[in-house]
Amino acid sequence: MEDDAPVIYGLEFQARALTPQTAETDAIRFLVGTQSLRYDNQIHIIDFDDENNIINKNVLLHQVGEIWHISTSPADKGVLATCYNKTSDTKVMTCAAVWRMPKELESGSHESPDDSSSNTQTLELLCHLDNTAHGNMACVMWEPMGDGKKIISLADNNILLWDLQESSAKAVLSSSTALEGKGQLKFTSGRWSPHHNCTQIATANDTTVRGWDTRSMRQIYCIENAHGQLVRDLDFNPNKQYYLASCGDDCKVKFWDTRNVTEPVKTLEEHSHWVWNVRYNHSHDQLILTGSSDSRVILSNMVSISSEPFGHMVDDDELSDQEDQHQEDKIKEPLQDSVIATYEEHEDSVYAVEWSSADPWLFASLSYDGRLVINRVPRALKYHILL
Amino acid sequence: MEDLLDVENKRMADSLASKVTRLKSLALDIDKDAEEQNRYLDGMAGSGCRGGSGGAMAAVTTGSGAGSGAAGSPEATGGSTGGGGWRRPHGPLQRYYGPSTAEAAEAPPDPTDINGPHFDPEVFMNKVRSECPLGQLLAREATLGREIRALDSDMQTLLYENYNKFISATDTIRKMKVDFRHMEAEMDDLAANMAAISASSARVSAALQDRHRRGAQLAGVQALLRKLQALVEVPGRLRRWAGTEPARALRCHARARAVLRHYRHLPSFRAIEDESHAIMADLAQRLRTRLREEKLDPKELTECVEMLLQLEEPAEELSEEFLSQAGARLEAELAALEAELPAADPSGTATTPPPPASDILDFVDRGSSAFVGTLCQLAGSYRALFGGDTGRLEPFATALATRYFALLERRLALERGLGDTSLLVRALDRFHRRLRALLELLPAGADAAAALVARAARERVDRYLRALQTFFLGCLGDVRQALAAPRPPGKEGPGLPDLLATLAASVLGQLKAVLAYVQLFTARDVAFASLPYFKGEFCVTAVREGLVVAFVRWLCRTARGFADGPAERGAPAAPPALLLLLARLCLDYENSTISYILTLTDEQFPPQDSGPAVTPGPALCAEARAAAQRLLDHYVQVQGAAVAQMLRKSVETRDWLGTVEPRNVRAVMKRVVEDITAIDVQVGQLFEEGVRRAQSSDSSRRAFSVYSSSRAPGRYAPSYTPSAPMDTHLLSNIQKLFSERIDIFSPVEFNKVSVLTGIIKISLKTLLECVRLRTLGRFGLQQVQVDGHYLQLYLWRFASDERVVQGLLDEVAASAAHRCLDPVPMEHSVVELICERG
Repeated sequence: MEDDAPVIYGLEFQARALTPQTAETDAIRFLVGTQSLRYDNQIHIIDFDDENNIINKNVLLHQVGEIWHISTSPADKGVLATCYNKTSDTKVMTCAAVWRMPKELESGSHESPDDSSSNTQTLELLCHLDNTAHGNMACVMWEPMGDGKKIISLADNNILLWDLQESSAKAVLSSSTALEGKGQLKFTSGRWSPHHNCTQIATANDTTVRGWDTRSMRQIYCIENAHGQLVRDLDFNPNKQYYLASCGDDCKVKFWDTRNVTEPVKTLEEHSHWVWNVRYNHSHDQLILTGSSDSRVILSNMVSISSEPFGHMVDDDELSDQEDQHQEDKIKEPLQDSVIATYEEHEDSVYAVEWSSADPWLFASLSYDGRLVINRVPRALKYHILL
Repeated sequence: MEDLLDVENKRMADSLASKVTRLKSLALDIDKDAEEQNRYLDGMAGSGCRGGSGGAMAAVTTGSGAGSGAAGSPEATGGSTGGGGWRRPHGPLQRYYGPSTAEAAEAPPDPTDINGPHFDPEVFMNKVRSECPLGQLLAREATLGREIRALDSDMQTLLYENYNKFISATDTIRKMKVDFRHMEAEMDDLAANMAAISASSARVSAALQDRHRRGAQLAGVQALLRKLQALVEVPGRLRRWAGTEPARALRCHARARAVLRHYRHLPSFRAIEDESHAIMADLAQRLRTRLREEKLDPKELTECVEMLLQLEEPAEELSEEFLSQAGARLEAELAALEAELPAADPSGTATTPPPPASDILDFVDRGSSAFVGTLCQLAGSYRALFGGDTGRLEPFATALATRYFALLERRLALERGLGDTSLLVRALDRFHRRLRALLELLPAGADAAAALVARAARERVDRYLRALQTFFLGCLGDVRQALAAPRPPGKEGPGLPDLLATLAASVLGQLKAVLAYVQLFTARDVAFASLPYFKGEFCVTAVREGLVVAFVRWLCRTARGFADGPAERGAPAAPPALLLLLARLCLDYENSTISYILTLTDEQFPPQDSGPAVTPGPALCAEARAAAQRLLDHYVQVQGAAVAQMLRKSVETRDWLGTVEPRNVRAVMKRVVEDITAIDVQVGQLFEEGVRRAQSSDSSRRAFSVYSSSRAPGRYAPSYTPSAPMDTHLLSNIQKLFSERIDIFSPVEFNKVSVLTGIIKISLKTLLECVRLRTLGRFGLQQVQVDGHYLQLYLWRFASDERVVQGLLDEVAASAAHRCLDPVPMEHSVVELICERG
């Protein structure tokens, strides 16, 4: 049961933006956006060959500016959106745009990872999300189950819902709402819920988490002081529609039931600095991944509040891509909530962690110094969950 | 030769002389023997004539035969053995008078010793013949011959004397025989006379017997007549006494009853019996009415029932009536007690019941003297009256006792306040003592009573625990107030150490006072203190665990609550100074106070060996330490977060691109240094300095300036030389390889330096993360440079390891350079100048 060693990939630039290629369900592919003020920024398309433990990369130039956030269309492998900084001498403006990558890179070109920087290709701009009236873009979210036509972006204190038309060549602002209140309110992060027919999103601003209905653009719940300090990230439980995880500068990860927001359902205090990212595993929602500026990535097992508190109901679909499994209906005692592993391969703050969209047992984490680490869930735990 | 002879002669002469003296003493012995024998024979002659038995004669003849045998044998042997023969005739005499065997054992056997018992004539002869010269032999023979002759003559005189005595004895015996014959004849006469006397006396008594019988008959008749007379008088007496002295009437009736019953077949007796029966039935009727109607005190009641019993009323019925009477009386007493209690409030909404009319001691006193006394008395008389059958008494008494207990419990419940514990203890003591008398009759109640006392004690201990908790919260409130109170500018408020000392001392004092109160329950003069509960369980479970341990636990929990609770939304957070104070308090508890308190408790309430398990001191200490750690960590987080918040806002709200060239250190940095200095002072009041990594201040300052001036450009340079974008990473990565990972929100140690280091780490890491989120212009970078240098100048002294500060500030500078569009750092000398000016 030796676990495979983590695979490490180094970027030349500093980087904060990481996303899996959401529409891809076969190959393990991540997209990383770099941050450099003085050079052309890049998007690295990173293919991971699970069998040979080899990384293949392709680099796309992203010349408009440093990338703060990146997300991919759930329907079209070739379409992605970035939030990037446009700097002039005296002003920095964060904009967002939808791009298409060259066709041959959509499914990954398995050329050898030799000096490919010589023939770097460029992204094809599909459309800008015009934010001149709304302020800096914090993030772009795609409708999770949709056809890649609807995106929401958070700009300062505005929530903007866009319709992409004409093969994404045009973005039309279909509705928007603004958060009003004292002081300068600014959204830091948001997530689109895959439940309720994709009609809900959750946003974070300062210490507050809010839920919104995308049809009416009205607030549906509000968790005041969800964290002692700034809330950095959110994620929805993919299997339990009312469950939401949040993390923030108080080093905590909290789990909420949005029907009763007075108290968190659970709180994790494992990190020793701000927690920047929290992600539910797409298939096994007891697996929680968190990345923090204490340079650590922690994988936790929150069985007690997962959708499978008493073990996994054997499901053929999920077993299909696993190596041969014994389908024994053993009765297992429920696992305890615990930290499964702490990954310390990073030496700088980890600003992004993501599960692979193709392999539920694999995840990537990205630290500021440009180090991308691909790790797997420990085999023992994997079998324990599956068997 | 002549000399030799002379010596030999002298020796011989000596031995002869000694032999002569020995012979002389022998002669004296023989003389004494003879005298004694004479005396013996004389005595025998005297007694022989009075006793008149033939046996005495035989003894005398055997004695004389032995004497003559002994006397005769020397003549037979004397001649043949020559010189040595004189000794043997003396042997039998000596044996007869108890010879001293000691004499024989004294000397070793010497066959040549002529006076020794082992004398062998052959050996002697041989010796003498071989040793002595002829002259001597002759002389010796002559001497021996003389000696033998002298002995023979002595013997003869002795023989003669003895013989004379035998003769006189024989005469006396002959005289005695004659006297006996006379006496026999007289005895025969006497026997004949006695027979005659007895015959005549038998005749006389036969003549008198008849008269005697008639006399006895007459006496019997007279007694019977007297009894009859008494019987006849019975109804009259009964009637006379029935009204006034029923007891006497009863006694009278009891005496008469048996006889009357026996002779009831005789009409006259029946009449008497019937009459007395009627009277007694009447009496019984009256007694019953009395029993039923009147209020009798227990003594009268007992008497009454006793009389009824004697009247052979059915015992069952009587015992029931007795109990119902007693019950009524006891109920009345209980009701009187209950009247003192405020009415039971079923809804429990009464705000404050009026204070009880009398104190608890008084209540218990009255309860025990009235109720318990009566109950004892009644139970005692019930036993006396109805024997050992307590089947009915026990449930009755148990029910009543239970009600009494319930009343007492209600009364105890009224003792809300802490009042006077000694009073309570005395009251309980009295209750327990009084009850013991009852419990002998009623063993079932013992447990209930003990449980009642134990409950009351336990209740009191719980109340003390609550009082202690309230007291502690009050103290905390005072401390908070003192901390929050606005200070007049000139005057310093009470320092943290003073507040801590006051708090600790007052809490400890209160705890001790409470222990002293509680100790009253186990005082030696209190009766119930000897109950096994109070000896063992009370000490351990109630006092040690329930009071002391529970209080310490609660204290730790409460203290922790300040760290855990307000972190969520809701109650206003505790001021950081309070956190610090509580952390120190918990730490002090861990270090000394807990063990002190536990020792004190164990001394005052010695735990039983076999008692229930106790919480060990170390476990409590660990709890206190955990609480202290939690509080201190929380303190660091709160203070760190406050500083961090300031830094974050300052970085987020500033326009770093369009800023002007720095002229000053930003005000917020000064504020940060001020705040941290204030925190340093605050922590320093309560915690020790702690250990710094050894580095003298001078060298460290120099190190920084050297580093900044020489190496800093080197670090910034690669980031804006377009040729080598990788170098920065390489450099920073290599640098990171050699530096330790810094945990930002990590537990701190209990000293000032560690606490300050924690706060500084949190602050600087925040600065780093915030700078990374911004894009800076040239002057923005320079401003960060200035600020960083300023912080370095003032913060290193607070941290345990200045390399931590330096490392973090370096990272801030490096990140700022990365985030800068036009990274041109400021001249280091200018930076220093600005910092020194600011």
